[in-house]
Amino acid sequence: MYLYDDFDRTLVEERVREFRDQVGRRLSGELTEEEFKPLRLMNGVYLQLHAYMLRIAIPYGTLSSDQMRMLAHVARKYDRNYGHFTTRQNIQFNWIKLEQLPDAMADLASAGLHGMQTSGNCVRNITTDQWAGVAPDEIEDARIWAELLRQHLTLHPEFSFLPRKFKIALTAAAHDRAAVRVHDIGLRMHRNGAGEVGFEVMVGGGLGRTPFIAKTIKPFLPKRDLLSYVEAIMRTYNQYGRRDNIYKARIKILVHELGAEKFAREVEDEWQSIKDGALALDAAVVAEIAARFRYPDYETLEDEPPELSKARNRDPRFRAWLDNSVFNHNRPGYAIVTLSLKPVGEPPGDATAPQMDAIADLADRYSFGEIRVGHEQNLVLPHVAQRDLPALWRALDAIGVATPNIGLVSDIIACPGLDYCSLANARSIPVAEEITRRFEDLDLARSLGRLHINISGCINACGHHHIGHVGILGVEKNGEEFYQVTIGGRADDAARLGTILGPAVPYGEIADVVEDIAAAYLELRERPDEHFIQTVERLGVEPFKERVYAAR
Amino acid sequence: MPLVKAGRIVEDPFVRVLDDAPVPEGVPVILPAARLLADARELVLRQAPTGVVWPNDRRIAELAPYLDWIALVALVFPSFRDGRAYSQARLLRERHRFRGELRATGQVLRDQLLFMQRAGFDAFDVTKPGDAAAFAEAVDRYSVFYQPTGDGRMSTLKARLARGVLPQSQREFVS
Repeated sequence: MYLYDDFDRTLVEERVREFRDQVGRRLSGELTEEEFKPLRLMNGVYLQLHAYMLRIAIPYGTLSSDQMRMLAHVARKYDRNYGHFTTRQNIQFNWIKLEQLPDAMADLASAGLHGMQTSGNCVRNITTDQWAGVAPDEIEDARIWAELLRQHLTLHPEFSFLPRKFKIALTAAAHDRAAVRVHDIGLRMHRNGAGEVGFEVMVGGGLGRTPFIAKTIKPFLPKRDLLSYVEAIMRTYNQYGRRDNIYKARIKILVHELGAEKFAREVEDEWQSIKDGALALDAAVVAEIAARFRYPDYETLEDEPPELSKARNRDPRFRAWLDNSVFNHNRPGYAIVTLSLKPVGEPPGDATAPQMDAIADLADRYSFGEIRVGHEQNLVLPHVAQRDLPALWRALDAIGVATPNIGLVSDIIACPGLDYCSLANARSIPVAEEITRRFEDLDLARSLGRLHINISGCINACGHHHIGHVGILGVEKNGEEFYQVTIGGRADDAARLGTILGPAVPYGEIADVVEDIAAAYLELRERPDEHFIQTVERLGVEPFKERVYAAR
Repeated sequence: MPLVKAGRIVEDPFVRVLDDAPVPEGVPVILPAARLLADARELVLRQAPTGVVWPNDRRIAELAPYLDWIALVALVFPSFRDGRAYSQARLLRERHRFRGELRATGQVLRDQLLFMQRAGFDAFDVTKPGDAAAFAEAVDRYSVFYQPTGDGRMSTLKARLARGVLPQSQREFVS
């Protein structure tokens, strides 16, 4: 956990006071809606179909149990008793009244939570590996660098009115769990030939209506230069990014139009002028931030304690959950536990206030009071002693967050879609719910193995459909909801965009199409452990298309 | 549109000269960028101060050769949502060491005044009279600044070190 100091706390309190003043001026008419809109957006306040929506930042997905209780409190007091965890490791509340927003924000601030820069044309919540700090395959804790970036880019006077929103993701692990290649800036920590740790810097990735995989403009950036180099990228973008067309305003278009090499040269020129200035990170500054990350006081434990082996042999339901939702920790005797927010027939990523309270209590009891939010819209208890797994499982099962479907066909990423969002063309949540019902049989889901379905209700791609193994995009045709399907996308180190399978299908048929794709895969795979994505990469789209569209 | 300098509403001594109009002698003037570039040789000889309006889509480096005799640069926010002039302001102050008046013009609203001041602006053509009156309050809203700019406010990175107390670490930091 990163512990706020008095500077961090003061800034959040000052932000709440400022927003209260802004809301007051809006309600009195001193501020027009046009003037107020960017201000509220930069505090995470959207005007949606039915009400205002408040989006709370969860920096790099790390939450304390007290913060989780505060989210439950806000859900109960100001909303309809639930919240929605998003693909940016944030949480959204969908039913808040404008007059109550300053009070809700003041409550959140008391737990070190805020909505700063969760929307608007500024730098958004910086995301990273939800397992940072505990992943066995990381070279160091990426959150320290995410926190340095978060602070530097919070209320940055130069970069608060960018051409468009700006998203940064960071990974320090061998396996990329943060989808860094589909971000405006992606940072991958790695070791160079001399054994030093630094960053590979990628720019211009992104989804939306013009998807791109990011291009590497700096293969190795020393740690001391992280802030200055990011500043140089931002300054280049702020000055030269397009502002004439909202659909061409993201940095990916600038990188594409200039070419990655020319863009890299612009950044390099700018960087040379500032790299040895006030932004050069000296070791003491980094150590100061790192020292405020608290790590659990782990016990010395052995892997595979007898309590665990016994429970595994006794209870097949526990075993199924263990095999699916529990992952290796970098400490012996501990485990990382993923909590599925994807129960059959429910909206992906939602949690009720009682669930949040219960999870906070379980985190206190079994995970040193710490919780993580992953971009797949699930929660994580990152420090669970293996001997506690049977008891934890029973408790999680009782509150409905132990569905053993992590990484499987029913672990669907979906945006809120037409049920909530004013931009959407089609519903996402009911599609996700229907698909989870079709694959309710866990033996079937397990036999399909890793299969990520991502659903977006419009071309803005909040559900990341381009990088789903199966991507579903809602479109509107003559006033009806249709869905276009892509296959073969992936978000990891081998990131690529999916390929369109065939003509869009109506709402009533989309779940059938997904079933047909699954059936085609079972027929086409070479062996049971060839994953869906591998089969698609080996054979291409055609054999899937033939089978799925044969009868349509 | 009240002009705010040093926290107070003041009279503007500068006269705006449009495109090809004659430049009055003995009066501070603000000229369009093209005019400044075209007539620089004569303008440098003027006794009264000369300023320029620099558009937000033109590189600041082009203006650099003239900065030692220009008294004022007016940068433009065509809409408050267009943030290009923040970068231009920082480049003028922090890279080119411009010490003259740096004026924010266009749509200049209360909730952006602090950002503008942090970027290096020291004069503000404030759009609404009410916002001009609230200037001091608007730029004093915050006492914490995470990032260093050239405005002299101490960033938290430095403030924390200056405080000198490192929290207890439970894990050794390996740099």
